[in-house]
Amino acid sequence: MAIDFLVLNVLVLLALAISFFKSREKTSKVIKIAFKSLINTAPYIIITIIIIGIMQGFIPNRLIAEYLGEKSGISGVLLASLIGAILYIPAFVSFPLVASLIEKGASVMIGAAFITSLTMIGFTSLPLEIKEFGIKFTVLRNISSFAAAILIAVAIGVLL
Amino acid sequence: MKENKIIKGNNKSKIMKSYAGVLLFITLFIGVVTLFPERKEIIVNESVKYFIEMLLIIPAVMLSIGLFSVWVSKEQTSKYLGKESGLKGAAISIIIGSLPTGPLYMAFPIASSLLKKGASMLNIVVFLGACACLKIPQGIVELKFMGLEFMILRWSFSIILIILMGYIIERVIDVKKETLPQI
Repeated sequence: MAIDFLVLNVLVLLALAISFFKSREKTSKVIKIAFKSLINTAPYIIITIIIIGIMQGFIPNRLIAEYLGEKSGISGVLLASLIGAILYIPAFVSFPLVASLIEKGASVMIGAAFITSLTMIGFTSLPLEIKEFGIKFTVLRNISSFAAAILIAVAIGVLL
Repeated sequence: MKENKIIKGNNKSKIMKSYAGVLLFITLFIGVVTLFPERKEIIVNESVKYFIEMLLIIPAVMLSIGLFSVWVSKEQTSKYLGKESGLKGAAISIIIGSLPTGPLYMAFPIASSLLKKGASMLNIVVFLGACACLKIPQGIVELKFMGLEFMILRWSFSIILIILMGYIIERVIDVKKETLPQI
């Protein structure tokens, strides 16, 4: 996870340095816009973090592996997609979690459904998504992501 | 519709409301922690963990939004990510999306600034999808835990379905050129 932050921060600082070198005026505008969007977005991000924190407190990852490990078939895929949609687990953690799920007896199909809905559907970040794109877009994107999770899972289940 | 949202977004009272929302959630947080003292440790630990994660990433994300809106012109965005950009635009969206930019919730403000600059709805959805499930750094973890075959299959199907999703959502939500907000 540290690589993620390092790469992003180094790239942005580099770009900011180039920007400063090219035009101080424009760079001060860059910082103004950055600050403004920070003020706008920060409350939604704080809310997202609080929801994630409370959720993690009640549904630890270990419990999910236990629970989904025993499920199978299409109903298992549906359930995995549903659980994945509600929870927030960073992708870095989700792969080892899914690997342990499969080890416990879940099918690859369930693993694929879980990963896709976990990453694509953000129940916890709904307030932020609605703020940026409106309700219609948010509902459409999340529902079609749910369908995509099931389709990807079935396709992988058939082929693997 | 979009324009309305932007104007409202800059509205002071809306910002005040969102900060009132934060207070509400902080109250909820304190309430939950007091009601379930046995969960307190894990809830606080996890929240602090994600809060630190956010602190590490948010300045960079906000600065990149600033850099993008100052240095990249509307014409450029429209040319590479607009309605006429076709498969090339989708490919660019996937590549930008797969770069390490942190969790999905950080991608929403970025996507929103792309949309304001004239990127098509299709490419926005593709970008968000790639941000979510086609991250390059996470790919290394996926390869290690799930194997190459799984990864190739999942990435290929994901790319196809993300583009399909973008196509459908673009059909349903029609952002007319003239209603795009000016920056």
